[in-house]
Amino acid sequence: MLVLMRAKDVLGRRGEQLAAGYLEAQGMRIVDRNWRCAEGEIDIVALDGDVLVIAEVKTRKSLAYGHPFEAVGVDKLARLRRLASAWCRDHELRTTLRWVDVIAVLDDGTGCPAVEHLKGVG
Amino acid sequence: MGLGRTYSVALVGLNGSIVEVEADIGQTLPAFVILGLPDASLNEAKERIRSAAQNSGIPLSRRKITANLIPASLPKHGSGFDLAIAMAVLLAANDVRSTGRTVFIAELGLDGRLRPVRGILPAVMAAMRSGYPDVVVAQANVAEAALVPGARVRGYTTLARLAFDFGADPQDLALDFDPEPEDGDGAAGAGLVPDMAPDMCDVSGQPDARRALEVAAAGAHHLLLTGPPGAGKTMLAERLPGLLPDLGDTEAMEVTAIHSLCSLSSASVQLLRRPPYENPHHTATSAAIIGGGSGLPRPGAASRAHRGVLFLDEAPEYERRVLDALRQPLESGELVIHRSAGTAAYPARFQLVLAANPCPCGKASGKGVDCTCTPTMRRRYLARLSGPLLDRVDIQLQVERVSLADFGQPGAEEDTDTIAGRVRAARDRQLERLLPLGLETNSHVPGRVLRGALRLAAPTTRILDRALERGVLTARGYDRVLRLAWTLADLSPRDAPDADDIGQALGLRQAAVAAL
Repeated sequence: MLVLMRAKDVLGRRGEQLAAGYLEAQGMRIVDRNWRCAEGEIDIVALDGDVLVIAEVKTRKSLAYGHPFEAVGVDKLARLRRLASAWCRDHELRTTLRWVDVIAVLDDGTGCPAVEHLKGVG
Repeated sequence: MGLGRTYSVALVGLNGSIVEVEADIGQTLPAFVILGLPDASLNEAKERIRSAAQNSGIPLSRRKITANLIPASLPKHGSGFDLAIAMAVLLAANDVRSTGRTVFIAELGLDGRLRPVRGILPAVMAAMRSGYPDVVVAQANVAEAALVPGARVRGYTTLARLAFDFGADPQDLALDFDPEPEDGDGAAGAGLVPDMAPDMCDVSGQPDARRALEVAAAGAHHLLLTGPPGAGKTMLAERLPGLLPDLGDTEAMEVTAIHSLCSLSSASVQLLRRPPYENPHHTATSAAIIGGGSGLPRPGAASRAHRGVLFLDEAPEYERRVLDALRQPLESGELVIHRSAGTAAYPARFQLVLAANPCPCGKASGKGVDCTCTPTMRRRYLARLSGPLLDRVDIQLQVERVSLADFGQPGAEEDTDTIAGRVRAARDRQLERLLPLGLETNSHVPGRVLRGALRLAAPTTRILDRALERGVLTARGYDRVLRLAWTLADLSPRDAPDADDIGQALGLRQAAVAAL
């Protein structure tokens, strides 16, 4: 089925794809992608050893509207922590070892996107 | 990436202390935190620094920036830390090379220009004292900062140029931006001593008052003028600063430092050599006169009049607590003010001039036929000037309306320069006599010296001794008369006061009191 997507969603999807590949290259195991609940969406859930990693991916074409990291504020971090709990409940997983990571993807369309990764920010 | 360290100065009153600024760039989400008790305007520095750096071509790191101002317990206020924080952050990001022990004091504009701040003179003095002679300030502050002997001052117009001198990559920098250095508050020389000082030759007649003013100037004595409206009390008081000699180097530094704290005026590009003159309105609060304000106390009129003249017109109209608050600086020459954010000590060795009407309607002098006030009102009016305050005022003079014979003969009176010459000569004589005792002017000679090292022969002081015996004069009043007598002798000039000087001195002190 042909699904029409808006340009920003295409860019976001490509960024998430890149980020997932990046995390796997770092030796993490991707557990879940684009998990949704009433509160919102988790981009990537991964396992780094026995640590559960909730990763938020921000993708931008340029720095004209600020760095991707700047788009992740206190509110967003708080929601990610709540989502992390929700995911654990949903999967009947009891672990206190969970981190929130943020991954910035800068993709200016020249074919060489830059990936930056901040570990354990919340 | 790592840590950057620069230096700046925090002022508490006139006392500055070196503040070490550390900046750290952490590997976490973007944020900018300033630690070390910043006040609201210092906290806004984050946004100024971010924009200034961006517009100078050296954007700040997009990670968590933590700036720490050490010592952390000292409250810091104002925008003067902008530059030091910005340089520390650039250092942490390796955008510039180490700045060593250079002290940075300037505010940043959003476009990256350096703006002048208040209190540069005391800040640079503090840096010098603490052994940090290299100072970087905004171009508009250079002249003032350079007044401090020994300081190696460099002025810049923009952050980009400063960063360039500290090794930033010139390819990125916005070096062609070069704003005109600005004058801070704008008005040139506002609030400081005017060039066109009023002259004594404008005062017609009033020989007693002219004489009293000369004596007050010569011995730095406090002065009370009472008299009907229109007698020329204000006119006389305004002319007192003109009679005072120029300030010495140390005094000039003190005065300039206080005025540097009070305004951003470009007039402080040179040392203030003339004694300042302050005439607050009689509705002034004690915070306005003594100094105060929320947070860190700022200097009031009494401190701005340091080494100059504080003129309180319509003195009985002031709140009594405001007047009585002046008793402490009159004794100690210093004001210590406590507020939530700290304690500030400002010098306040001023010459006090009080002017008062004889009664609320102002017509009670002479025969007082037109006066509509009751005797009780009259008594209450001048009783508002408390005894302890008046006791510190050496010269108390009644100023009468000018007589027709003296009026309308301009040019007949001595001008300020002539009288100032005599005052200078009298000051020199005082200094010669008093310097070995560690004193400068007759008005500050303590009683034990007056009755000890400077003791006069018994026949000379007979009239005084009798006044003391009869209870007309208090012991403190006795000393005050002696001080005045010495000033009169210095003006004559004589080596020591004679009985005539003592008699005149007694007259100057009691003229107003006797008339009441």
